[in-house]
Amino acid sequence: MTPTTTPTAQAPARTREPDGGAAARVRRRLSGSPAGIAAIVIAVLWTVPTAGLLVSSFRPAEQIRTTGWWTFFASPEVTLDNYRDVLFGSSSDGQLATHFVNSFVITLPSTVFVLVIAALAAYALSWIDFRGRDWIFLGIFALQIVPLQMSLVPLLSFFSQGVSLGEVQILPAWELNGAMAFTNVWVAHTIFGLPLGIFLLHNFISQLPSTLFEAARVDGAGHGTIFLRIVLPLITPALVSLGIFQFLWVWNDLLVALIFTGGDNATAPLTVRLAELAGTRGEAWHRLTAGAFVSMVVPLMVFFLLQRYFVRGLLAGSVKG
Amino acid sequence: MEYSFLNDLPKVVWMLIGIAGFLAVIGLMLVVIDIPRTRRDRWQAALFLAPALILLVGGVVYPVLRTTMLSFFDRSGTEFVGLTNYLWMFQRPEILLVLRNTLLWVVFAPALATAVGLLYAILIDRSRFESIAKSLVFMPMAISLVGASIIWRFVFAYRPADQEQYGLFNQIVVWLGGEPQLWLLNQPLNTFLLILVLIWVQAGFAMVVMSAAIKAIPSEIIEAARIDGAGAWQLFARITLPSVWPTLLVVLITITVQTLKVFDIVRTMTGGNYGTSVIANEMYSQAFQQGQVGQGSALAVFLFVLVIPLVIVQIRRTRKARELA
Repeated sequence: MTPTTTPTAQAPARTREPDGGAAARVRRRLSGSPAGIAAIVIAVLWTVPTAGLLVSSFRPAEQIRTTGWWTFFASPEVTLDNYRDVLFGSSSDGQLATHFVNSFVITLPSTVFVLVIAALAAYALSWIDFRGRDWIFLGIFALQIVPLQMSLVPLLSFFSQGVSLGEVQILPAWELNGAMAFTNVWVAHTIFGLPLGIFLLHNFISQLPSTLFEAARVDGAGHGTIFLRIVLPLITPALVSLGIFQFLWVWNDLLVALIFTGGDNATAPLTVRLAELAGTRGEAWHRLTAGAFVSMVVPLMVFFLLQRYFVRGLLAGSVKG
Repeated sequence: MEYSFLNDLPKVVWMLIGIAGFLAVIGLMLVVIDIPRTRRDRWQAALFLAPALILLVGGVVYPVLRTTMLSFFDRSGTEFVGLTNYLWMFQRPEILLVLRNTLLWVVFAPALATAVGLLYAILIDRSRFESIAKSLVFMPMAISLVGASIIWRFVFAYRPADQEQYGLFNQIVVWLGGEPQLWLLNQPLNTFLLILVLIWVQAGFAMVVMSAAIKAIPSEIIEAARIDGAGAWQLFARITLPSVWPTLLVVLITITVQTLKVFDIVRTMTGGNYGTSVIANEMYSQAFQQGQVGQGSALAVFLFVLVIPLVIVQIRRTRKARELA
């Protein structure tokens, strides 16, 4: 069930063509045309809104405010001012460059942490023998269903007040300032990414051939060595898949960032700042259109370069889970 | 203040310290684990699982219990108030509106997103432009819901009738001879327009998964039906639909679970105003903006309860599919 079956799937259609004859080809084309039109209509409906915003983001502010983006094609006039304004301008304009950095600072560690911790756990649950293994796996699997909303209040109070049992303070508040304030968001995103991460990697790791592990153990390798030298290289495709997912999910997230960065300009990612701009300056379309595209550049690049892995992870996650 | 990267440098440094420190600790752990030659699997497993289990118990299991408890306490979490927060949910007209909106979302978004995805997957199956056609519809999946919301706010943008429209929706209305509308302010139409955004995002997901399911149908079956003279509609109703039905249900349930938790779209499009709020958004504004921790927690618990049956159905189906496989 690989999603990239396009070439093979086309093969029968192509081989069928010759023996169908001209009449059959004409009939097929006729019966195909309403379907083709319907497909084109859907594709256009799905593409035009984004295209309109992209075109607008390159138009002079004055024109965005007064005419529709479709008039651009009659009198094209292109500028990068909107991008310069919203990226590097004063903080009231957005100054998205800072938030662009913030998005990276939030996303990269949150992705690395989930990949490593999930791979370790998935390995233990697949190939180390101990009692209760299946129960732990089942428990983690079940945690996937817990909506984020259930965790927010207690987790936030853990960061801001620590843990106390009655009057006794067991763990102190984190009180992290400046750049270190990002740590809260990393921990939160790592937690929320783990259940799906462990589940996906477990599916993959548990299907590796057992002879591999037996041979390694005979040669005297311990679990640490086996994990580093054998498992990690073999599960690279699964790691890439999960990595893309976690990366996009963290990069695109609004709720977790809103709560664990407190909407502070020094730590807030692009999504938080953009949602804020949309709320307070809903009519400043020259900044909003450019800003929206700044936030989309990275996910779109990831999407177009690594689409294959993205789809693979999607199929593994949804169809099986 | 002009932007200078120097101000952001400490963040990047802290990020690198964070990643490097984390990898060093894990690396050290993996080396230490192999030092004792006597292999005690249980202890090694404990070490491998410790980071994940600590985070999950502290960050999900404990919070679930704690939030459930908080939902029975007053706003500051000190006084036990029994079911007051839940009664509040089902008695206040504005919260009932929130529940109704959530119901509208769940009824329309998953069904329409799946229907469009399935239709499109069938239409483009085996066409010459299949991969490009797929990318176009799938692309919204990659961008944030905040970005998607801004795209659609632009489509719905309103100018008074005497000015030129720049929102595509109103321009089309004007071309057709109508009056431009304040789409996002008109109840209950605005909720449906918000739902449209989620359909736009999720149809790509449905399309990709359904497309894989369609390709898994053995071509002999389709050939045989064709030879028997089945038309396009018969082919769909008698063969395609029954074959992909289990996958279709999984897609429906997955999108439904996503829909119940929808927050970003409401937040960015209307801020939950003009009668468009949903449970997930209301939970945020109660717990984090108005300081009503008890009421916010009750909403979160209610959301959890709504999700549980869907996921149980899905797990059951998955297990059945595995047994068959």
